[in-house]
Amino acid sequence: MTINLLNEDLQIRENRLGSITGYHGSAKDLSNCSRKSVLNDRERSFTQCSSCSSGTAICQLAMIQDAVVINHAPLGCSGDFPEFNFINRTGQIKRKMKLKNVRLISTNLREKDMIYGGNEKLEKTIKEAYERYNPKAIFVTTSCGSGIIGDDVNGAVEKAESELGIPIVPIFCEGFRSKIWATGFDAAYHGILKKIVKPPKNKSNNIINIINFWGDDYFSNLFEKLGLIPNYIVPFTTITQLEKLSEAAATIQVCSTLGTYFSTALEQEFGVPEVKSPPPYGILGTDIWLRELGNIVGKEKEVEELIISEKQRIEEELQDLRNKLKGKKAFVAAGAVHGHSIISVLKELGIQVAGACTWHHDPILDNRDETSDSLKHVVDTYGDIQLTVCNKQSFEMVNLLNRVEPDIFIVRHSGMSIWGAKLGIPTMLIGDEQFGLGYQGIINYGQKIYDMITNSSYVKNLSKYTKLPYTKWWLEQDPFYFLGGNAGE
Amino acid sequence: MQVSEIIEYPRQFCTLAAQQTIVAIDRAIPILHAGPGCSSKIFGGASFSSGYQGSGYVGGSAIPCTNTTERDVVFGGEERLREVIDGALKVMDGDFFVVLTGCTSDIVGDDVAQVVSEFTNRDVPIAYAETGGFKGNSYNGHELVLESIINQTIEDAGERIEGLVNIWSVVPYQDPFWDGNLQAIKRLLEGIGLKANILFGEKSGGFKSWKQIPSAQFNLVISPWVGVKIAELLESKFGTPWLQYPSIPIGAVETSKFLKAVGRFANIDEKIVDEYIKEQESSYYYYLEKAADFLLEFRYGLPGRFFNIADSFYTIGISKFLANDLSLLPGHQFITDEAPNEYRSLIEEQLLKLAPGVSTEVSFIADGGKIHEKLRQYGNRYSPLIIGGTWDSDLAKELDGYHLSISLPITDRLILNRHYVGYDGGLRLTEDIYSSILQSYQ
Ligand code: SF4
Repeated sequence: MTINLLNEDLQIRENRLGSITGYHGSAKDLSNCSRKSVLNDRERSFTQCSSCSSGTAICQLAMIQDAVVINHAPLGCSGDFPEFNFINRTGQIKRKMKLKNVRLISTNLREKDMIYGGNEKLEKTIKEAYERYNPKAIFVTTSCGSGIIGDDVNGAVEKAESELGIPIVPIFCEGFRSKIWATGFDAAYHGILKKIVKPPKNKSNNIINIINFWGDDYFSNLFEKLGLIPNYIVPFTTITQLEKLSEAAATIQVCSTLGTYFSTALEQEFGVPEVKSPPPYGILGTDIWLRELGNIVGKEKEVEELIISEKQRIEEELQDLRNKLKGKKAFVAAGAVHGHSIISVLKELGIQVAGACTWHHDPILDNRDETSDSLKHVVDTYGDIQLTVCNKQSFEMVNLLNRVEPDIFIVRHSGMSIWGAKLGIPTMLIGDEQFGLGYQGIINYGQKIYDMITNSSYVKNLSKYTKLPYTKWWLEQDPFYFLGGNAGE
Repeated sequence: MQVSEIIEYPRQFCTLAAQQTIVAIDRAIPILHAGPGCSSKIFGGASFSSGYQGSGYVGGSAIPCTNTTERDVVFGGEERLREVIDGALKVMDGDFFVVLTGCTSDIVGDDVAQVVSEFTNRDVPIAYAETGGFKGNSYNGHELVLESIINQTIEDAGERIEGLVNIWSVVPYQDPFWDGNLQAIKRLLEGIGLKANILFGEKSGGFKSWKQIPSAQFNLVISPWVGVKIAELLESKFGTPWLQYPSIPIGAVETSKFLKAVGRFANIDEKIVDEYIKEQESSYYYYLEKAADFLLEFRYGLPGRFFNIADSFYTIGISKFLANDLSLLPGHQFITDEAPNEYRSLIEEQLLKLAPGVSTEVSFIADGGKIHEKLRQYGNRYSPLIIGGTWDSDLAKELDGYHLSISLPITDRLILNRHYVGYDGGLRLTEDIYSSILQSYQ
């Protein structure tokens, strides 16, 4: 069992799931190795900047509307505060909430704190945060700095908690501990599970937890037909809402890279069934996912009707899009499971996936369930493709893109689209993970891709004037020149 | 160093934000010896959230980095650094490389100097700076890396070029308008016959312009404190004289003063300077006059007092402009850049004599929570004009006031080459302030 809420901090993904960041080869081989647990990580000798667990932990915590997050770190680690503020505000507008800034505070550790320790400052910050906002809970995220100097964050937190009488939750997400930034999601959820979620009082039969980022509400519409109510978590919730997660009828996740730990733990610790299926992207994935959901909530008949009516509804439009997009090829770069989801959608549209790059790979998920294996689902349903696992190493990606010359480049991570533009490739950033979801998602994608390909003057012109920061030598090398080791046995 | 506060609503980041200083030098490549998230967090904060400035040539996801792991923390990361520098030299197409360390490396104590020297010994154009984030903020990081580059790579070729002036002013990216501001400074100096050696941004010439630093006739520091250290260093190294103008010149009053001061220092014929000023002022006032009907007749409320929440550079510059050119009255000014103690009296002095008979209260605070608390004490009796960052827009509404983002973070504007320096800079700022006021009536 990988989940133990008694532990202060959680096991990182490398140790828990055997996750890796270096691979290149066939998706089928990777999938086979994964299930046999014979996967070795391949390390790169040259690397470019990646991302860290602190950012992913904060991205789940910062938008809890009545909490405060303290970033126990020097000030650079707050670089993502303004972006979270923007996401918070746009999300509040969409949800018709009161518009307000994100509640993030940095302990602003300096040289002196590095020498004498930052605990005192942390205690002071917690008090200050409480006075400023009177929050329902305070989360304290750690950093490389606080981790290496060995601050006793637990001690500071316990002391403050007994004084203030609200949950104060330490989140251990030091960047250097894991190469897989998704570990930060787990760290945030670990804290929420340990200290916020309460045992169920009244079990609901129609509230469904949806682990997601901050996308639009695509579920209400779908769920209405099934008599279900979506409960989006964690961003844009309140502490009271989180306390009751244990009462939901089921948990689903828009992406199991995001929610694996959370949904498994909610089932294991609080008996909330997790919908175990491939992601709800592409027709077959959505079918399986809906049926599994229907099973859990006892709505098998309604689900079958819904599947038929939804498929009929999109049929004509889908055929039209398939005709328009015939012969096009795409390159995908995204987080692990979401990358697999995008591939499914593209395949449904008849687009050739000329290559794909996922930021890491989890050989198994926390639930150990084979039907939830999104890569296996892709390979079994749509056939093999060339797959790279690389934690945002743009030099590799540019080298690949330059060879593949796709008609469209589909990205899910900010900061990566520029490479498509520099190469003159129409590039589409998936900002909203729910955009491609379900049957309608295939249509959404198809239309957007068609629009992007139809007028690509901006990137075409741009590519004539911008220069790549890579040497001619590099662009002529094998893209995996710096990738050492072997993938399998 | 002052005791550091806790910070809500950060408006600058750590010393490692110096990566953006390097990105601003054409074809210079930063190499980070830091944790896996540092570079992208800093890019997000100091570049993307600073008016959506892009990756540039080698910023954003292109920056080489060792991405510190637990292993490097336990056993040291020198070998990893060696590997990454080696790879960067092969993969990245640059003229000049700068290694910057983050918290992890500085706490663990990796001998970066030693590793880098192995490359300098092979004549690789490379320098390093220890910029572990806990050492200071973005402004300190900028100065630190300038100092390192100068000390480690710039040599005096003996040549002196009459009229060449090195410009030490805006902090690239931290000032969202840096690119445009530098071009504007260049044009102003050209107007009085000088040649500005612009070290960052568009058409700056990259590392070539850096090699020219010792040849300059003088160094011009346009800032209340950032860059003073650099000018002192260059004076001691190459004997170059320097002039400090402590304010960003915005609008006619300050810009004309600025040009006169520079002209005098550079021994330029007064007639040349006066003539240029006259020509510029006449077109400045031509446009400012166009604003008069609106400014004098708008019946629905204009700001009663202005409040800056910005670094000392902009706070002084904007306050002087609003007081002198637009006759606005100051409320309280909040300086957020943690300016070192030794420069604070100079900064205060600038703000005490904004315009004849006009002075302002000033606080040095980086914690936005405290700033907002103080502003709330003024209440809504002033219809305050709050000139700060995106953090401050709600507060302006709460106080029935107006708001314009000019200092980081700016996530409510897109900035390309807009600038506020000079005569036309003043006109731009006037347009922006009043457009934002008008917008609040929509
Ligand atoms: S504060 Fe330290 S760990 Fe954080 S971004 Fe800056 S250098 Fe990196």
